[in-house]
Amino acid sequence: MENNSCFHCGDDCGNHPITFQEKSFCCNGCKTVFEIFNENDLTCYYDLQNSPGAIPKEIEGKYDFLSKENIIEKLTEFRSDEIEIATLYIPHIHCSSCIWILENLKKLNPNISDSQVNFGKKTVRVTYNPQATDLKSVVILLSSIGYEPYISLDDFKAGKKQVNRTLIYKLGVAGFAFGNIMFLSFPEYFEINEFWLEQYKHMFRWLMFSLSIPVVFYAAQDYFVSAYKGLKARLLNIDVPIALGVSVLFIRSTVEIAFDIGSGFFDSLSGLVFFLLLGKFFQQKTYDFLSFERDYKSYFPIAITKIEKDGSENAIQVYDIEKGDRLLIRNEELIPVDGILINGKGKIDYSFVTGESQPVTKESGDKLFAGGKQTAGVIELEALKSVEQSYLTQLWSNDVFNKNKEDGFTNITNNISKHFTIAILIIAVIATSYWLFTDATKAMNVFTAVLIIACPCAIALSAPFTFGNLLRIFGKLKFYVKNASVIEQLAHINTVIFDKTGTITSNKDSSAEYEGISLSDSESLVLKNSLRGSNHPLSRTLYNILDEHNIITLDRFEEHIGKGIEAKHEGINLKIGSASFVGSANQTSTLNTTVHVSSNDVYKGRFTFYNSYRKGVAKLFNQLKKHFDLVILSGDNEGELENLKKLLPAKTKLIFNQKPDDKLEFIKFHQSEGAKVLMVGDGLNDAGALAQSDVGIAISENVNVFSPACDAILDASKFKQLYRFIMASKSAIKIIKWSFVLSFIYNVIGLYFAVTGQLAPVVAAILMPLSSISIVVFTTVCTNFIGRKLK
Amino acid sequence: MSVIYIVLTVSVIVGVAFFIVFLLAVKSGQYDDSYTPSVRMLFEDEIVKPKKSTKTD
Repeated sequence: MENNSCFHCGDDCGNHPITFQEKSFCCNGCKTVFEIFNENDLTCYYDLQNSPGAIPKEIEGKYDFLSKENIIEKLTEFRSDEIEIATLYIPHIHCSSCIWILENLKKLNPNISDSQVNFGKKTVRVTYNPQATDLKSVVILLSSIGYEPYISLDDFKAGKKQVNRTLIYKLGVAGFAFGNIMFLSFPEYFEINEFWLEQYKHMFRWLMFSLSIPVVFYAAQDYFVSAYKGLKARLLNIDVPIALGVSVLFIRSTVEIAFDIGSGFFDSLSGLVFFLLLGKFFQQKTYDFLSFERDYKSYFPIAITKIEKDGSENAIQVYDIEKGDRLLIRNEELIPVDGILINGKGKIDYSFVTGESQPVTKESGDKLFAGGKQTAGVIELEALKSVEQSYLTQLWSNDVFNKNKEDGFTNITNNISKHFTIAILIIAVIATSYWLFTDATKAMNVFTAVLIIACPCAIALSAPFTFGNLLRIFGKLKFYVKNASVIEQLAHINTVIFDKTGTITSNKDSSAEYEGISLSDSESLVLKNSLRGSNHPLSRTLYNILDEHNIITLDRFEEHIGKGIEAKHEGINLKIGSASFVGSANQTSTLNTTVHVSSNDVYKGRFTFYNSYRKGVAKLFNQLKKHFDLVILSGDNEGELENLKKLLPAKTKLIFNQKPDDKLEFIKFHQSEGAKVLMVGDGLNDAGALAQSDVGIAISENVNVFSPACDAILDASKFKQLYRFIMASKSAIKIIKWSFVLSFIYNVIGLYFAVTGQLAPVVAAILMPLSSISIVVFTTVCTNFIGRKLK
Repeated sequence: MSVIYIVLTVSVIVGVAFFIVFLLAVKSGQYDDSYTPSVRMLFEDEIVKPKKSTKTD
């Protein structure tokens, strides 16, 4: 076989591919999906993109809760007797084949009348007939073709989401008015005192007036509201001079046309508002497929199977779980509450919570914490607490999660606006009082002209365009930042705190070291081959680390779940597993994970696993140490202390055994001492720390998978670039300061016209767009230059 | 009456008409997802061909 990758999902098929219709598949699941598509004339799926599929997961009984009336109610957006509409989130959507197959669902189930994909949001909106089919069968159909929807507790509370389109409307209104007013005002600029124009100019002017009304009272609304709020809080934010400028422009223009003094400044007015809104729009870069607001609800299931006293199984809503309830957790299901394991072997993967990828084995009677995922078979547990009171979820009752980080933070624009506004008012007063004594008729004219020309359009545009452009550049480099103020905060950081597991270590690979009597060749041959047969994660890891050996058939192979493996081949009886299982004499406990080996009941030695650190960690820390205080804050034990000391610069503080709450308090303490903290973490246990820090960055191996609430998400492959991103943010602040200087120059020129009483509408009409556009060009060129250095 | 009134009325009506169309387009959600339709519009041509070929088989 020349091509050994699966026709459906593209995975390596291994040594025994399943062949069907001359195509190779890695597993039966993929083959089945192909068969489904083949029977329904949907193989075009594979023409659009090579191996676009995913392996369908086991779903037996998993979606029973979807037949519950109250859950269907919450998940559907429209319900009637004949039509139900539900929007489902499918993380696997990634290519045009996905769109194609999902929009052809009606060929697989005739009762689905329509399905529409939103690629950016990774959702599919399915319309179906509830009399003939139901939500459960739709979800099962999707899962069976490898597009398993993700239904979490978040969906239950969310309700109907409203899309906010006001900014687009406002931009449309302002743009429409701006364009039309410009055309209407042009004749008067160029054809002064012409007979024809004299006759009609009044109509032109009133037309401009009526066009500007929606601009002032609708499009510019936000600036008035924000200025009012600012004044009420005794803050001179940037919106104060803007609102002042807009109202003075409108009032003076209206007075001018009413008394036939001049043509007014309606074009400058609408242009100003249009440019300001454009800046706002540009700054608003959203990543539909990412969420920065996730809490535990996005991870937790919506319903769980409860075992009633009479032994019957019943799907109940997670919020309805009470203390003492008996719950059934299937393979690959998440444990929603703290509880005690009653039945079955627990193999709990806490990677959501801690970032640690190695599952933990639990025996009956052990305590299980909410947030873990069962990865082997069915278990039964008794709930000790309700969902909201569990160990992990309690973290979210902390006040940090209700705080808006942007409050109490004065951004660079508002900072400068304080001084700017006062200076402008002083200039206006001085100029007016001068003219009162020289030529009183011009005094009012000068006063309004100063306020008009000083309207800080260019200043207000500097930050949005700089940050907006940088957000896009970062986004292309897989550093997804929530909003512009995060970049600004990032530039002020002086302390960087890292989580250990999953953040500076990689989940994908780890290394192991062997201690003890060295194994003979035939022994290591048997070892490698017995590991091949085991699905235990440690076996898989060890298998990948060990040298390549020939494949042999073992005489006997037995896996004792929770203990180890026993294998026999040509007189070698190998035991691999826990210390007690292999019969190790020395029970010296280490803090690291170990696997022991014995041959023919003689203890040989042990493999000790060490975390493997991401590439470039040491280099990154060395870059950072010059500018920042560095701390490692780990929830783990001190097993890695020596390794970390070797790897990281000496001044890095290493703190272990931190509970989620401790991390939060640690950051709070340092902030009270004046530190500006950047927290880099990954798991749910860092959620509190990420929220408390000034900037919280979540590291993610796969951005489509979940990361806790944070300010920015950084793709793990770009981890070593972190330093450059921080430096780029610092340069952005410099760019903004330079463009402030530029706009001050424009203001000085404008003020010259204003103070001397010569501000004609045409001067304002030229100066205002010119300053705005040159600022936009300046910031865009500069940020692109920074962006090029990042690559 | 001068022709300018007619011309102005027409131009304002045309402008407002386009503006209303824009508002309707925003309201119907056309600007919510700007990516998927660009992919979707390429499908139609490709679906038909394999269908015909399988039917003639």
